[in-house]
Amino acid sequence: MAAIEIRDLRVVRGGNVVLPGLSAEVAAGSVTGLLGPSGSGKSTLIRAIVGVQIVAGGTVLVLGEPAGSAELRRRVAYVTQAPSVYADLTVRENLRYFARVLGLPRARAEDPITTVGLEDEADRVVQKLSGGQRARASLATALLGEPEVLVLDEPTVGQDPVLRRDLWNSFHSLADDGATLLVSSHVMDEADRCDQLVLLRGGEILATGTPDELRERTGTRDLDEAFLKLIEQAGE
Amino acid sequence: MSATATFATTLRVLTQLRRDPRTIALIIGVPCLLVTLIRYVFDAQPDVFNRIGGTMLGLFPFITMFIVTSITMLRERVTGTLERLMTLPLAKLDILLGYAIAFGALAVVQSTVVSLLAFGLLDLHVQGSHLAVIALAVGNAILGMALGLFASAFARTEFQAVQFMPAIVFPQVLLCGLFVARNQMAHWLEVISNVFPLTYAYDALARVTQGRGLGRWFVIDLCVVIGSTLLALALGAATLRRRTP
Repeated sequence: MAAIEIRDLRVVRGGNVVLPGLSAEVAAGSVTGLLGPSGSGKSTLIRAIVGVQIVAGGTVLVLGEPAGSAELRRRVAYVTQAPSVYADLTVRENLRYFARVLGLPRARAEDPITTVGLEDEADRVVQKLSGGQRARASLATALLGEPEVLVLDEPTVGQDPVLRRDLWNSFHSLADDGATLLVSSHVMDEADRCDQLVLLRGGEILATGTPDELRERTGTRDLDEAFLKLIEQAGE
Repeated sequence: MSATATFATTLRVLTQLRRDPRTIALIIGVPCLLVTLIRYVFDAQPDVFNRIGGTMLGLFPFITMFIVTSITMLRERVTGTLERLMTLPLAKLDILLGYAIAFGALAVVQSTVVSLLAFGLLDLHVQGSHLAVIALAVGNAILGMALGLFASAFARTEFQAVQFMPAIVFPQVLLCGLFVARNQMAHWLEVISNVFPLTYAYDALARVTQGRGLGRWFVIDLCVVIGSTLLALALGAATLRRRTP
């Protein structure tokens, strides 16, 4: 079953066609990687899925509902590419604010802090944190209230390798509990950590499949090479 | 909309303000300084100080809240927190009311401190009730907040937002009748001043401070101020878009 269904999505931003007509599905309970170079339309696609992007055509259904509908606001969590937390609040104050907005009890604000490994920084003002820590604070707010769908725009950029592994492990344990995750990245070495991949280039889908399928299809061992091969094949 | 989300937003805004004690000090200290300056500038003309000072008490919160709101809202737009809020179960009215309550509270503190100074130490005398002056000040703070919120939609940077202060606030302060009675201005300026909400806010304050009686015109003033506040809030709400290009 698909948690996200996209049909002929067309998005025009500032006179440029960013997504000419994209169709894709994201399987429920999976960790799907949305990969592509910077400028390929990843963030625009993600914005359309969470319903903050004005679209020119096509449909996006999330959990069977039109993207951005009021009913989805409790069930879908979104992390923007730039950390979107209040820089003049502490990590804990940010979490408590978003928890209150979601109508959650105060105690529920604590777990996400642990998940992203910010226990020691919980009472520090976000402004004073490093870029990676800010990104994790932003990610933590998306984990509040056990959302059914998590849409994360480059959540692991700038994180150290150990932490990156831990974050990916938490993504998978969320998926094991039934959540659907769509995670964008521009680094191919993250692709191997995903169940499913959607490769995006110039606003169009270059390929979809599991990492193994993509390797097999291109006869390569490395996903970076696979991506190159797929670009060449598409050009022929 | 939900009371929890509104209250949460109020609390969040107040916590943010508390993190920035220097801004609070400026919000409260600068009007105190200006009132003191005016008191001694008109040292030889206490009547002028009584006329200008009383109404100025009510206009400071308007100016302060306009600036504070337009910058805070611009930050929400620029840093992506607004985009995130728009994906959450939070009504636009929750955000607006949350801000209004927080800044309203700040306005109460500001006008109380400035009033205590002016009435207590600077010998300011007004005919009407001091409480009415403070109440009008808080109302003007909400009007300033609503206009600032709307203005923030047209600024891309904080530099631009700061420039809206002289652009939107100064002409209203100049034309409202504080410095020169409106019927002594060039006629076309008087006509323009008729459509500025601050003109009515000033008139209400002047009526209270000069003890000119609170009849029909006072009620009209109040209606215009409340109406403009609601209109600016509605326009401001319209600029909070769930979907953006």
